Amino acid sequence: MAGTGVTWLGTPTFPKAARAALGDTQLRRNLRKATHTIRDKRAAAVAELADWERLRAAGAAIKDSALANLDVHLERLEAAVTARGGVVHWARDADEANAIVLRLVRAAGADEVVKVKSMATAEIGLNEALLAGGVRPVETDLAELIVQLGRDRPSHILVPAIHRNRAEIREIFRREMPSASPGLTDDPRELADAARHHLRLKFLSARVAVSGANFAVADTGSVVVVESEGNGRMCLTLPETLITVMGIEKVVPSWRDLEVLLQLLPRSSTAERMNPYTSVWTGVTPGDGPRHFHLVLLDNGRTDALADEVGRQALRCIRCSACLNSCPVYERTGGQAYGSVYPGPIGAILTPQLLGDLSDPQQASLPYASSLCGACFEVCPVRIDIPRVLVHLRSKVVAAKSGASPEAAAMAALGWIMRDPRRFEAAQRAGSLARLLARQGRISRLPWPGSRWTSARDVPAPPRESFRAWWRRTRG
Amino acid sequence: MADPHASARSEVLGRIRAAIGPDRPRVRIPRDYDARREHRDVVELLARRVAGYRAVVRRVASADLPDAVGTLLTRRRVRIMLGPTDLPEEWRVPDVEWHLDDPPLTVEQLDRADGVLTGCAVAIAETGTVVLDAGATQGRRALTLVPDYHLCVVRADQVVGTVPEALARLDPVRPLTFVSGPSATSDIELDRVEGVHGPRALEVLIVS
Ligand code: SF4
Repeated sequence: MAGTGVTWLGTPTFPKAARAALGDTQLRRNLRKATHTIRDKRAAAVAELADWERLRAAGAAIKDSALANLDVHLERLEAAVTARGGVVHWARDADEANAIVLRLVRAAGADEVVKVKSMATAEIGLNEALLAGGVRPVETDLAELIVQLGRDRPSHILVPAIHRNRAEIREIFRREMPSASPGLTDDPRELADAARHHLRLKFLSARVAVSGANFAVADTGSVVVVESEGNGRMCLTLPETLITVMGIEKVVPSWRDLEVLLQLLPRSSTAERMNPYTSVWTGVTPGDGPRHFHLVLLDNGRTDALADEVGRQALRCIRCSACLNSCPVYERTGGQAYGSVYPGPIGAILTPQLLGDLSDPQQASLPYASSLCGACFEVCPVRIDIPRVLVHLRSKVVAAKSGASPEAAAMAALGWIMRDPRRFEAAQRAGSLARLLARQGRISRLPWPGSRWTSARDVPAPPRESFRAWWRRTRG
Repeated sequence: MADPHASARSEVLGRIRAAIGPDRPRVRIPRDYDARREHRDVVELLARRVAGYRAVVRRVASADLPDAVGTLLTRRRVRIMLGPTDLPEEWRVPDVEWHLDDPPLTVEQLDRADGVLTGCAVAIAETGTVVLDAGATQGRRALTLVPDYHLCVVRADQVVGTVPEALARLDPVRPLTFVSGPSATSDIELDRVEGVHGPRALEVLIVS
């Protein structure tokens, strides 16, 4: 069954939304500054580890091995969490997960919950569901707070307010934060301080917290949250009840696997050797932290993605956001153009797979939101071959449109290029003709100068239609 | 007889089995990455890396530890310090009010204190990380979270070079907190700024 939520209601297709974003020069300037800064820093953090490529290979294999026996690992996780006093719940889709959380919050007698930033709860629209059920969700992550106070939408998976610069953040705080001083400047330190005061009392008095999880270890039942600010620690430690909502693909087989993932994630996401805080907990520990722990295991379209042998690698994602930061399309359009809580290259392959309806124009537009330059694959710490999955999904889009098989659709597209000399020439220039040499979308050897690339790695076959070309064709 | 939990569970597991199919891919995890790396002096490296996060770091001989604690606390003009129930007697320097977590301190008491003094379980040199596991000289997690200042004592024999070495020493079912520098955020223009919700000041004393 397909997932629900994920995209925002009434979202225009990517090219329409992108056009609006491209007209916003402030947004483009903010994004350019942030993504370029982090790109350089990431490169430096990664260059420090001589075994980075081996860590990436191990990281990819760890996630693949989890997925290859996902049922077994989830059952082991469930048993381990239960044995240590936690309660495990299963949710087929967003509605079911939301209903479980709401029921648990009510059972705890709370009308407010503190939340740690979590993609899974954003995906299922938990905040809206809680509000509808009379429970106030309080986002505690600084960027989420900026988004929530600004009545805005997130645009980045790690830094949801990346599209806001410090001056805009100051304005939002001044307007929406009763405790913010009128003399608040746009010094990031002062802004962070304002957030601290705004949330302090909430943390100290909250009875229920809701979190996501970065990893969960099948053999021990340990759950991991990686964060910076300490809002995560507050939520995971102080309230009586902790509810963690986690996509089923977050499970890893063994404790030892974290020795790889905890090296890959911080360097890829915030370009730090280590993020300020990582919390690990297993069930309930008497006298230390919450007395009630609930783990909600969420499908919401993940099993559909798992069924696709090419597309399933998207489930390896550890949400580091390096692919967003390195993407030339994302840099220009920003995250909101993707219309999904998962923007950027990973969003372009994950969103349509979770929702599973390529006859929907918005979903169908996402696999085209890329120039297939390959930067995302280069930086991905778990080696998700995003360009390959994009090409694969494009052929499914074409098939969904024409009702023909993907192979037939690929041939038809080639025919479309070949029939028109101008198109043919343009395609040749763009390298698209290399597709002719490709089998199953892969090129293992190219003539020089392409050979300099292919000797180091497989390149995905170039697109039948480049992002630019497709955009020109479909916009307006 | 419809138990929604049981049906959701069996349905999700059933979908997973159907998605994987009968021929499960065999995945070998290549473990040829560096479990250890050659470092001339891990203690020195730890000191450098922790300082890199803008935390205060001092290396002291074990006999000088109480003096070093006293100096740091005086410098910060600390009046009320917290500690775990098993905080060593000699770490509790005079001229400071010590409140140990026995009986367990209330959140208000944690909030009113100027700081907390603990030991740690392991420290990772490469990443400048101290790991707390709620074991000896550390106490429960809230103790090192609510006060705005955390002074952490690391013994040289607790220092390892790499993340894999650290995880091998840790017991995963204990509540663990990996601390790398003071609380910080990268949420404003992707730049690290110290000081949000966790302790805004972290000081580390490395004892050898
Ligand atoms: S796809 Fe890879 S690079 Fe992108 S967020 Fe996921 S793990 Fe990071």
